[in-house]
Amino acid sequence: MTSTTDQVAGLDDLAATTLLRFATAGSVDDGKSTLVGRLLHDSKSVLTDQMEAVEAVSARRGQDAPDLALLTDGLRAEREQGITIDVAYRYFATARRRFILADTPGHVQYTRNMVTGASTADLAVVLVDARNGVIEQTRRHAAVAALLRVPHVVLAVNKMDLVGYAESVFATIAEEFTAYASDLGVPEITAIPISALAGDNVVEPSANMDWYGGPTVLEHLETVPVSHDLTACPARFPVQYVIRPQTPEHPDYRGYAGQIASGVLRVGEAVTVLPSGRTSVIEGIDALGEPVDIAWAPQSVTVRLKDDIDISRGDLIAPSANAPATTQDVVATVCHVADQPLAVGARVLIKHTTRTVKAIVKEIPSRLTLDDLSQHPDPGQLVANDIGRVVVRTAEPLALDAYADSRRTGSFLLIDPADGTTLAAGMAGESFASQAEAADAARDDDGWDF
Amino acid sequence: MTTTVAHVHEETDAPYALSHLDALESEAVHIFREVAGEFEKPVILFSGGKDSIVMLHLALKAFAPAPVPFALLHVDTGHNFPEVLDYRDRTVTEHGLRLHVASVQDYIDAGTLRERPDGTRNPLQTVPLTEAIHNLKFDAVFGGGRRDEEKARAKERVFSLRDEFSQWDPRRQRPELWQLYNGRHAPGEHVRVFPLSNWTELDVWQYIAREGIELPEIYFAHEREVFRRNGMWLTAGEWGGPKEDETTETRLIRYRTVGDMSCTGAVDSDATTLDAVIAEIAVSRLTERGATRADDKMSEAAMEDRKREGYF
Repeated sequence: MTSTTDQVAGLDDLAATTLLRFATAGSVDDGKSTLVGRLLHDSKSVLTDQMEAVEAVSARRGQDAPDLALLTDGLRAEREQGITIDVAYRYFATARRRFILADTPGHVQYTRNMVTGASTADLAVVLVDARNGVIEQTRRHAAVAALLRVPHVVLAVNKMDLVGYAESVFATIAEEFTAYASDLGVPEITAIPISALAGDNVVEPSANMDWYGGPTVLEHLETVPVSHDLTACPARFPVQYVIRPQTPEHPDYRGYAGQIASGVLRVGEAVTVLPSGRTSVIEGIDALGEPVDIAWAPQSVTVRLKDDIDISRGDLIAPSANAPATTQDVVATVCHVADQPLAVGARVLIKHTTRTVKAIVKEIPSRLTLDDLSQHPDPGQLVANDIGRVVVRTAEPLALDAYADSRRTGSFLLIDPADGTTLAAGMAGESFASQAEAADAARDDDGWDF
Repeated sequence: MTTTVAHVHEETDAPYALSHLDALESEAVHIFREVAGEFEKPVILFSGGKDSIVMLHLALKAFAPAPVPFALLHVDTGHNFPEVLDYRDRTVTEHGLRLHVASVQDYIDAGTLRERPDGTRNPLQTVPLTEAIHNLKFDAVFGGGRRDEEKARAKERVFSLRDEFSQWDPRRQRPELWQLYNGRHAPGEHVRVFPLSNWTELDVWQYIAREGIELPEIYFAHEREVFRRNGMWLTAGEWGGPKEDETTETRLIRYRTVGDMSCTGAVDSDATTLDAVIAEIAVSRLTERGATRADDKMSEAAMEDRKREGYF
């Protein structure tokens, strides 16, 4: 084990930290579990009783060293079969930041698992084995990160110890990956040469790679900016719940509770309520009981309006100057996450922000092959882990943004009305891999902001 | 009349950032409001422990100035700390809440549950809990479970669908994407909801300190008659301890978790204030459950097995 710098934070520092959500992606033998175990272990996030349990099991299995991968395999079936079933969430902290890690397994069901993990991530770590370089699986991971609009991608070139810590090996892989991911539209890519097993450049800078001048994985995770860009977007406020106490103290209070999906809301601002199109002015904002002048994403607040207009759960409040168009024809890319297929003609429910409406799948124009990003026209249906373009007609208008503009108001679920199964994860608007088709859709519906 | 909150700015350098506690609070409130908007009859599982106390505090903030639109459900093992029951009842009165109690002792007295040889009542909670959910027709049940507590919990969804037998099947969980929670369920099924999924023990304590939330006094250092069993300090009492070969002593201790007296261990501590407790946890090298829960030590998959049967 490498020695570590002292990461125990002072009490004042503990309150001042920010939160970074990130996801890991890697195929089975890339050493992802070891990297995650190393991050947890070297950031002193593994406590004595957890480590003792890992040591005991490792010894029972006849392993010389504690198997850090055991820190992350929690279920009976996972331990019995040596596989990871599903996304798990891990928590660790340093003096500078708190982390929520979506630990996504890299086996055959990679797509839906990685989509799940990446949907809430500010950053994705894509792991590559230095001996193999960029392979098909790496391209899939990059494509999913791009599709889900993960703002930051880290390429961790692992097992550098097995290629003699050679700079040229790292440089070739980093260059190839950066070119590929940039083409997909990944805005920021950071490549880091590491050995998760030996601990090089994970938490501690490597003495074996003095040619590398960049940050370690942890340093990068600690300093990468979290999604402030949410507040640069137009404000979107999906109404979750109407608060009407009707008590002697608050006989007339009527507040619209919700979490600001993007942007900033200010008292005095002119707003439009969708889909009705009624307008009013923000009279007050209550930030969990405390009145404020201004609030921003992702704060949960309660908004009061000057006019007593009919607003209920599922409505969207947006600045009148920058309100989204509404549509009943949703063109989107979906990742199919259920075992039962999704076919043309299927009657489904669409859950978009706080609104759930009936819908019908009108078309499935194409299915995407992640390996080479080629489009297969008219597949007829999508099965588990497929990514495809769909056209969905909804029973009521939705105030949808393009996913490219807002991960929160551009995303939706398709749900099976019969048994409630989540069928697909949807991203409205243009997709990186089907720009020609998206342009066609835009001509049909000028409400789309492509 | 409006004022700008300054504390959000103070905690971070960027103008429109949220501190991690504000982000967690905002997310948990969003979850409470989603459930209020989508379910017919939700209930908050309330034990008088710090996690359920934080849940109730978040619910109070989420619906202010209106009252919390949910009742509370307490599974009473019959071996609860009196200080905690007192806290529970005071809280219910103070906020005008409705409390349902599912009693393990009633089941034992009726002969439908049998006392275990080791005297531990925690695993016995599952039957009264699931029967209360079904009899009272709750369709959403808030639990204070956190994913950082245990490896099986790390796999738990925020909205966790349970079948008509209240069972959790880790292989049949719905993928949870963005902040879009799917709570659809068939009649007879229900959803367990975990608003504190993304919180750690330290987050909970820091939030309690920031919000000035009152806790039962057993969370702070005090002198108590305890005895040693399976490497833990257990409270002596009528519930069945100590046995003949066990001896009591008076020690300065506090509790890190609150549960059934028969399986919740105390830790040696002189932390009498919130700051002292937080300082103690920040440097602790033992997990909360590792330090205090006998029932999790029964087997490597104890929590998973209990969850499968309907436990939280």
